[in-house]
Amino acid sequence: MWKWLHPYADPERAYQLAGKLLPWFSILALGLILTGTIWGLMFAPTDYQQGDSYRIIFIHVPAASMSMAAYMGMAISAFIGLVWQIKAADWAAASIAPIGAVITFIALFTGATWGKPMWGTWWVWDARLTSELVLLFLYLGVISLYASFEDKVLAARAAGILAIVGVINIPIIKYSVEWWSSLHQPSTIKITEESAMPTEMLIPLLINIFGFGMMIGALTLVRFRAEVLARNGMRPWVRKLAQEQGAA
Amino acid sequence: MNPRRKKRLILASALVVGVAGIASLLLYALNSNLNLFFTPTEIVQGKADTGVKPEVGQRIRVGGMVTVGSLVRDPDSLHVEFKVHDASGGEIKVTFDDLLPDLFREGQGIVAQGVLGEGNVLEATEVLAKHDENYMPPEVAEAMGKSHDKLEYSDTQTSTN
Repeated sequence: MWKWLHPYADPERAYQLAGKLLPWFSILALGLILTGTIWGLMFAPTDYQQGDSYRIIFIHVPAASMSMAAYMGMAISAFIGLVWQIKAADWAAASIAPIGAVITFIALFTGATWGKPMWGTWWVWDARLTSELVLLFLYLGVISLYASFEDKVLAARAAGILAIVGVINIPIIKYSVEWWSSLHQPSTIKITEESAMPTEMLIPLLINIFGFGMMIGALTLVRFRAEVLARNGMRPWVRKLAQEQGAA
Repeated sequence: MNPRRKKRLILASALVVGVAGIASLLLYALNSNLNLFFTPTEIVQGKADTGVKPEVGQRIRVGGMVTVGSLVRDPDSLHVEFKVHDASGGEIKVTFDDLLPDLFREGQGIVAQGVLGEGNVLEATEVLAKHDENYMPPEVAEAMGKSHDKLEYSDTQTSTN
């Protein structure tokens, strides 16, 4: 059933596939984020209470939701790498971690700048904010574990276990605003019922969410290709590639 | 699937399930301690599960809706008094001596931190506005009869601070 997937466990094939996918992800990311941001910042209607200040939502919500999606991607890659011992999956997990950390930081930072004028405070230790901060620390833990072993097989195993253990934080972030009373409001975008937002605000927001997803994909592909080359520097195909690129 | 992979799959899955189990037990045990604030009903009647009431002089946070028509402002200083209620019918009074956040409105959610005084009065040192998940253009809000006027401060009020 999964036989068609097996060739891509081979570093060379994975490298080439990543190279083929990269332009598609990049074009989609650029197009979607430009459309969503311009639409959201300039053409979407103002909010009845927050006025124009609410427009930071077009960065904050995509960053926050994609910080969790990136973590799931990283954890699934780590799980595959751990169970099936596919090195390409380990490298993918290691490539996502720093990108996820930056996206999480963007979510926290935009949230704080939004919180100051609206709530009246930069930070409050409520369940949503704290669990998102824990997510940042999990990313940093995965990055440092992977970086601190000379033997990258061992490093990937250690980082992978942390990534898998950390998955428990994702539902906690997601449902923190429903399980406990918090300053942060519940989600506006609802999957099962109508979202608490008019369509002309919702569409640019969704465009930006997908745009951020594509951007994380594109950046991961770039880092993944670099990681494959770094781990396979002694292989003939990498040397050949280096010679061809060097000659050009 | 070969036996080694199977073993690793079982180990990794057991790790996930085990951690999920520990975390859910932990969160279940901590449950109400993870709430950011007391509701007015919990202050008046005690917590629903344990009946624990916050004591007079205790530093707490209260979260609820500002009762419409309860806001009293001193015209010469920043001193304000208002009532906060919740859906279960509890209501307490909050006093505050500083600038209120932009989103503070009657009928809106707030979280106030301060010292609980006699007669369920909270002397707040910090008032934070809680906003709900609803966004809408001003025209729509007006059509639905929602008020969205900000508080205005006079010169004497802002200069005394």
